[in-house]
Amino acid sequence: MKGIEVELLKLIENNANLEVEKIAKLLGKSIDEIQELIDRLEKKKVILGYSTLIDWAKVLDVEEVTAMVDVKVTPARGVGFDKVAERIYRFPEVKAVYLMSGAYDLSVSVKGNTMTEIGHFISEKLSTLDSVLSTTTHFVLKRYKHDGIILQDSDEDDKRIVVSP
Amino acid sequence: MSQLSYVSKQVKDLKPSGIRRFFDLAAQMEDVISLGVGEPDFVTPWNFIEQSFHALEQGYTSYTENAGMIELRREISAYLNRNYYLMYDPSEQVIVSVGASQAIDLALRAVIDPGDEVIVVEPSFVAYVPTVKLAGGIPVTIQTKAENAFKLKPEEIEEAITPKTKAILLCNPNNPTGTFLLQEELEPLASVIKKHDLLVLSDEIYAELTYDDDYTSFPSITGMKERTILISGFSKAFAMTGWRLGYAAGPAELIAAMVKIHQYTMMCAPTMAQHAALEALKNGRQSVKDMFESYKQRRNFIVSSLNEIGLTCPHPGGAFYAFPSIEATGLTSNEFAEHLLQEEQVAVVPGNVFGANGEGYIRCSYATSIKQLDEAMKRMKRFVEKRM
Ligand SMILES: Cc1ncc(COP(=O)(O)O)c(C=O)c1O
Repeated sequence: MKGIEVELLKLIENNANLEVEKIAKLLGKSIDEIQELIDRLEKKKVILGYSTLIDWAKVLDVEEVTAMVDVKVTPARGVGFDKVAERIYRFPEVKAVYLMSGAYDLSVSVKGNTMTEIGHFISEKLSTLDSVLSTTTHFVLKRYKHDGIILQDSDEDDKRIVVSP
Repeated sequence: MSQLSYVSKQVKDLKPSGIRRFFDLAAQMEDVISLGVGEPDFVTPWNFIEQSFHALEQGYTSYTENAGMIELRREISAYLNRNYYLMYDPSEQVIVSVGASQAIDLALRAVIDPGDEVIVVEPSFVAYVPTVKLAGGIPVTIQTKAENAFKLKPEEIEEAITPKTKAILLCNPNNPTGTFLLQEELEPLASVIKKHDLLVLSDEIYAELTYDDDYTSFPSITGMKERTILISGFSKAFAMTGWRLGYAAGPAELIAAMVKIHQYTMMCAPTMAQHAALEALKNGRQSVKDMFESYKQRRNFIVSSLNEIGLTCPHPGGAFYAFPSIEATGLTSNEFAEHLLQEEQVAVVPGNVFGANGEGYIRCSYATSIKQLDEAMKRMKRFVEKRM
């Protein structure tokens, strides 16, 4: 991939909200060039979507629980882990699935409104799958940092003096 | 009797910095977007800070060697070699200082005899002229020309030289103009410098922040190493202004002379900062690169915005300053900066504080967030449109 594409992707990875006009100025290209580039990257599915990172803990009337589930599975001949992974990731309450090295095989992140709801999903859907051997569930108690963004309120004010040499 | 009579004549005669006056104005106002800041908007990378914590926990709270921790001097030497193909012996040719500021002061005091002339190339960093004076020297300024994009020309050095000229202070890339001289532009300067047997103090604190072309360190030019004191530091590219850490590298006799002053007046640079700098040189490359990318994008942004507004601005090759002409508004630099601050709450620095030839220009630092830059440009557009 060309340098400019990588530069563009890094820029919008951290701020999907930037207007094309601004991106063009920042990268020293024309608006058309940037729009074309974005269209191409979307078409190639390099850019998969634009999401917003929200601290739901601050939204009082929305309860949200996340669990990280370590799943041990039996891989199937010919398709390895992919088939069982697909069975799992197609559930909408599953937010992430990773194949891991080490003590278990799949790391599954599950979101729900309550612990009971998540417990129900794991006992009814996840652990009953034929190739699933065992599950270990860890509930998230507090999110400090997510996808590179620190979620704690910290004083991010500019501490510099207003004019300096 | 006024206590003022105790203050030395030399200090009384020093002009207060135009930056200081402007700071006082801006500091009283609220919600100011500042493009007047000569330092990075990034906080020091966490691993540098964390290493400094660790050193403190381990009890590294005492003085270091006068010239700085030998491990740090070794890393500085290796860094200069890696980046600029320079060879300096860490035990004799490198000194760690309290910011590049102190290295400049030490170098000047180490070489100036009363009445010696030192050439300063304006528009320049505000500390050069006063520091030369305080060291007992006489600053002789060169007024580089806007039509040359403020690039220093060899004939301008020739014209400034007198029998009393001892040294020339170069700053590449330059604060406040962002002007960046390439190897082929430095070489003719080197010939004149050699011909007249001048010493060079080369302030390369912005060397890492050059965006379009390769950087040539002045002492790497043939014949220049033996007559150059290279000055740099961690403030800019490593985002460490408040740590107060810089260094100089040069011929052993000159560094020894600087260490002599340093041992009596400063003892050593702050120990916890030296530990952070060690980490910066060992494991800071990715952080420096990320900040570099960000400055580069913001430079592109501010330069094209300023030109759109009608404040013509050549593409600055380095540092984090744009130096646009405000001629189109018919205002002086001071008027522009003061009115802009009052009407739109945007702080910039009037160009004339950096030298007489800075009149008609303002310095805009782009070391500020894209969001703030964007808002500042909108406000400046409104301000300029009213006057055109
Ligand atoms: C050209 C130049 N030299 C030296 C310095 C001083 O830097 P330090 O923080 O290392 O003393 C600055 C800071 O603004 C500068 O712009």
